[in-house]
Amino acid sequence: MAHNFVPLPDQPPPPASVGTVAWIRANLFSGWVNSVLTVLAVYVLVTALPPLINWMFISADWVGTGREACDSGGACWVFVANRIDIFIYGFYPNDQIWRVDAIFIGLFLLTAPLFFKSFKYKVWLGGFIIFIYPIIGFILMRGGMFGLSGVETAKWGGFTLTLLLAGVGCIAALPLGVVLALGRQAGNMPIVKSMCVLFIEFWRGVPLITVLFMSSVMLPLFLPEGVNFDKLLRALIGITLFQSAYMAEVIRGGLQAIPKGQYEAADALGLGYWRKYGLIILPQALKIVIPGIVNTFIALFKDTTLVIIVGLLELLGMVKASLGDPAWPDVSREGYVFAAFMFWICCFSMSRYSQWLERKLHTGHKR
Amino acid sequence: MTANAQPAPKSEVMIELVGVNKWYDKFHVLKDINLEVRKGERIVVCGPSGSGKSTMIRCINRLEEHQKGQIVVDGIELTNDLRNIETIRKEVGMVFQHFNLFPHLTVLENCVLAPMWVRKTPRKEAEQTAMMYLEKVKIPDQAKKYPGQLSGGQQQRVAIARSLCMNPRIMLFDEPTSALDPEMIKEVLDTMISLAESGMTMMCVTHEMGFAKTVADKVIFMDRGQIVESNPPHEFFNNPQNERTQLFLSQILNH
Ligand SMILES: Nc1ncnc2c1ncn2[C@@H]1O[C@H](COP(=O)(O)OP(=O)(O)OP(=O)(O)O)[C@@H](O)[C@H]1O
Ligand SMILES: [Mg+2]
Repeated sequence: MAHNFVPLPDQPPPPASVGTVAWIRANLFSGWVNSVLTVLAVYVLVTALPPLINWMFISADWVGTGREACDSGGACWVFVANRIDIFIYGFYPNDQIWRVDAIFIGLFLLTAPLFFKSFKYKVWLGGFIIFIYPIIGFILMRGGMFGLSGVETAKWGGFTLTLLLAGVGCIAALPLGVVLALGRQAGNMPIVKSMCVLFIEFWRGVPLITVLFMSSVMLPLFLPEGVNFDKLLRALIGITLFQSAYMAEVIRGGLQAIPKGQYEAADALGLGYWRKYGLIILPQALKIVIPGIVNTFIALFKDTTLVIIVGLLELLGMVKASLGDPAWPDVSREGYVFAAFMFWICCFSMSRYSQWLERKLHTGHKR
Repeated sequence: MTANAQPAPKSEVMIELVGVNKWYDKFHVLKDINLEVRKGERIVVCGPSGSGKSTMIRCINRLEEHQKGQIVVDGIELTNDLRNIETIRKEVGMVFQHFNLFPHLTVLENCVLAPMWVRKTPRKEAEQTAMMYLEKVKIPDQAKKYPGQLSGGQQQRVAIARSLCMNPRIMLFDEPTSALDPEMIKEVLDTMISLAESGMTMMCVTHEMGFAKTVADKVIFMDRGQIVESNPPHEFFNNPQNERTQLFLSQILNH
């Protein structure tokens, strides 16, 4: 009685979509707790949203030259529109603003090819953006050579400064964090290891605000008379070291998630220490910790506002400074909403970018 | 204890272990291991769990460090000299129980990585070699896939191809089939048999006694860190000398 094995034909999956009503019932009113919460949420939205929308858009004033233009009772966006140059560029000389624009447009154009699959020189371009472009950008910003007029760093400010602090902090802290994380893992080099542990634990133990304060107030006390290096540079170094300690711990988490077999397979192929980490371990570890890395990036992005205590005025600092202007009384709400909006856009973009990156790098199940 | 291996007479010695001892802290894992593997010889290592089979085979490419005795591979002694270790690892391929493919790279990239970075083979040439070996293990059509998209048997065959791409003179296998379903064991064993037929020097930890009978020149039985018996397969299976071996064989063959 031999039966032949006859595979059943493939069939389409059952339809998953259900009607709107069924969806609402299943998701919003599935039980009494759910129903109460739904009603409560709807109530809050209905009471809070219309006045907010009214203030922000419907009865807001958009064009004008002074405070008088704002008489309709809504938000006075005229203030933001009038101060936008200061908010974005700080005290950078007006006729030189193109230099800042050029840097950002250049960065944008350079980054764009990285998003295309078919582009072949991603590694080279990425390296250029990370290592060479900041130097070009600095020369353009600072000037004083190649016929560009010099603009001292004290005049840099606003959103430009925010991006600068966050960008340099992130880009410089990433490789430093990798080195520290690897150092902390180096069990066969006890001195290197303890130095890394000491460094990480020290910088993670102090608040950023202390670091900034020390860098600007205490550091000059230890430096010889007359040696005075740039306030912005000091803040940047402080932020970078601070950030690298956090980065190191995030990356170490990723390193620990890599199975021992990966190290052994790399060793067995004779890859050696640097290629083992560079080609096998770090690509996987960094991919795992993308959410953690972006998380620290976002935290740093917002922490840049702390540089105000050493007298650097980034976006929020500029907004705050402008609020004191007697020509523009009573516009603090608008100023803060604008600043919050700018920060939110940036942080949200970073978050979306990380999700995109995670999806792109996903290569099926791990073994 | 070194058996008088008969095949490939008087050919060069590829692996030589002399009085090798190893401890994990106070735990004595390997006790006075003496072993000689000649070119083209195929050695099967078996023994109960925890007897030190993996530890011994991993000492040969220095995934584990031995504390006493001498290990000479392909004429180079394994010491703490990193350069010696790297030279030996280039010549010794290893296949693991859990495949250990690199999940972030495609099958082809897994295969060309080491030749390109360690041997400095140009990409084109490395890819050709890789495709040749992938054909040998019968999965050239999977080259563009990621390891996570393959079955266990296919992954293990990729792992074998990956090792072969380095053109090793010796292949080590540590229970290559024990993480696989029965149906897949055969495809991996077939690959290993054809590799053995090509004259590769092989050392294989396995409990596949059929494989040992057909392929091995010598079967080694280990227990508690010692080599208890080392004989050609027909002798090993039909006329085991040691009581411990007899017990092991009766357990493994009659279940
Ligand atoms: N890293 C380690 N630290 C301490 N003890 C270890 C370590 N690795 C293995 N051992 C011990 O050494 C002994 C030999 O281990 P080994 O892995 O070589 O056994 P095996 O013969 O390969 O066993 P199996 O058939 O289960 O793979 C075991 O008792 C094990 O507990
Ligand atoms: Mg084992």
